[in-house]
Amino acid sequence: MIIPYLTGSILIAGALFFNQKKLVSKLLVVTFLIMQWGFTVFEIMHKGATTYDYFSTDALAVLLLVTLSIISIPALTHSYEYIYKEKDNPRARGIYYGALVLLIMSLTAAYLSSHIAVTWIFVEITTLSASALIFHRRNAGSIEATWKYVFVSSISLVFVFIGILFLSIALGKGHEEGMFYEELMVLSPGLNTFWLKMAFIFIFSGYTAKLGLVPMYTAGIDAKDKAPTPAAALFSSVLMNVGFVGFFRFYKVVANTSIHPWANHVVMIAAFLSIFVATVYMLKVKNIKRMLAYSSIEHMGLIMLGLVAGGIGYYAALLHLILHSFAKSALFLQIGHLYKTFKTKNIYSIGNYFKFNVPGAVFLLLAFIVVTAMPPSGLFISEFYIFKAMFEGGYLFLLIPVLILLTMIIWSLGKNILKMVFIPPVGFDESKVEPVNSLETFSQYLLLGLVIYLGINPPQVFVDLLHEAVQNLTF
Amino acid sequence: MTNILLIVFTISLLYFAIANRLMTYVKILTLQGVILFGVAFIELRELNLLNLIFILLETIIVKALAIPMFMRYVIKKNNITREAEPFVPNFVSLILVTIIIIVTFIISNVINDPHLHKIYFVTALSALFSGLYFISSRKKIITHVICYVVIENGVFILSLAVGNEMPLLINLGVLLDVFVSVFLLGIFINKVGDVTSDGDVAELSKLKD
Repeated sequence: MIIPYLTGSILIAGALFFNQKKLVSKLLVVTFLIMQWGFTVFEIMHKGATTYDYFSTDALAVLLLVTLSIISIPALTHSYEYIYKEKDNPRARGIYYGALVLLIMSLTAAYLSSHIAVTWIFVEITTLSASALIFHRRNAGSIEATWKYVFVSSISLVFVFIGILFLSIALGKGHEEGMFYEELMVLSPGLNTFWLKMAFIFIFSGYTAKLGLVPMYTAGIDAKDKAPTPAAALFSSVLMNVGFVGFFRFYKVVANTSIHPWANHVVMIAAFLSIFVATVYMLKVKNIKRMLAYSSIEHMGLIMLGLVAGGIGYYAALLHLILHSFAKSALFLQIGHLYKTFKTKNIYSIGNYFKFNVPGAVFLLLAFIVVTAMPPSGLFISEFYIFKAMFEGGYLFLLIPVLILLTMIIWSLGKNILKMVFIPPVGFDESKVEPVNSLETFSQYLLLGLVIYLGINPPQVFVDLLHEAVQNLTF
Repeated sequence: MTNILLIVFTISLLYFAIANRLMTYVKILTLQGVILFGVAFIELRELNLLNLIFILLETIIVKALAIPMFMRYVIKKNNITREAEPFVPNFVSLILVTIIIIVTFIISNVINDPHLHKIYFVTALSALFSGLYFISSRKKIITHVICYVVIENGVFILSLAVGNEMPLLINLGVLLDVFVSVFLLGIFINKVGDVTSDGDVAELSKLKD
């Protein structure tokens, strides 16, 4: 099934690219969504199957694939219909939708891949399509963001490649099949630890560009700032997940070997630094999109801390990853509508949102509660488990500073979001505000509802999948 | 023979440190492409024929001809100043690259692993680290791309070291090359050149907090 899906997506992306008519492009997008969902359902029904050796549907792949398919519906429908009415240029629209379809396709393939090199190839394609999306506005800012994103991502992909080369040295002669994750898992106790350490360092630091952690998080921030908001919604959720998949599948192998404690220390340092950097910038940033991008980095840091702590932390980390994807993409989609009202991303010039868009303002308040992990948010459950795991795992020395930093983040986010919702902006001309259709906020409410529902009352299937995805990890 | 070629490759890094003109950089890239062709030809004879032809064509056509030609075209088209304009004096660069080579040499001796082809490892790592150093010490976007290609040549050498056991990895390296040459260079540099006057990174530093 994966080959028809890939060819179909590429054909649709090509058709979108060359097509100039609005109606045809809408039909093509709907076709793609139907195909994406058809493929997702097919993969769910054939869970555990391996296709063409290189793709297999394990629990982690199913979870992330469903997340991607859910988020891709609002991301695709919001793209032009709601946000870009004013600048409708067929050429730009074609490139935009084509790149979006390619991005979703390569993310799907990267989730499903069971071979370390195949994952790498599809992550490379995500860089390609993501940069086309960042470039959409074609002004100096977007060129700069694209350039930085392409350059940093290319360097990071070279790092991952070097990591794979070191891994092949660790495997030794005659183990070409060891590049499959499953095979690697079996071979892992016999790997040369020195080369495995080198491989881990390179693969981890390479994937941090997608994952959004120190050292390579910078390019992602500019990308989320300059990309159109529906694309930024994908970047801050499912594109970060692809970095997580690449890293996590290799981490599972490392967790099976004697260097597991060492690897945990490396990840712990990166995760703590990420939370620290995110806090420092969030106290200072005045651009709402960049602020949300830094908030994603903080959440990724927490997820990594969950992995480091072990025990229930593994489960909590995956749960946090999925819930964060829904919450953050919903927020980014709403920021697109906010931008439509105020024509700026600067927090100083945004305010009194209640007056212009009541459902949107209520959404922002709810989203603030959800994204800062206050009950009844599902993120509260996962964060609570992560902290519990850290407490039980003897990471109290880390937990205390992390909690202090999180308090500062909540303060900063609250201050800015409450200002945007309640306090009137300075020098804002209210006469030019376009009326808003309240239906545009509907999908964001659904995504938030999903976060709360999956956190408080998770369906048994979901819990089983999460447990299955982390079952091979040793404590 | 491979040893001589790899030593020449390492020397080309030293030459890169003291070169002053962009065209010299481009010529160094051509030289490195030819060297990689030679190394691949000597080392990979055990590989099956089709794969070998593919890799050889890639080194000679993409690395030694296409990328340098394209760089020349971009430099001419955008009227980029022909001086390299490094931030640091060439003498300092020379010393730093020498130190990098010595350190990688020491590292590979400390590791002392039987799986490791020492000379490949030293050449590849020195290309990687000096490439990163060149990126941080040069000012123009085009030099950043050139230095990126140098890093990639280093990685290609590393993949040759494990190539006979895992030809798949060399093909991946080739894919990385094609990705960069087609995408990074072909599409993007043209666009950057349209916006910034001299292809200077200083103009790409407005996004910050």
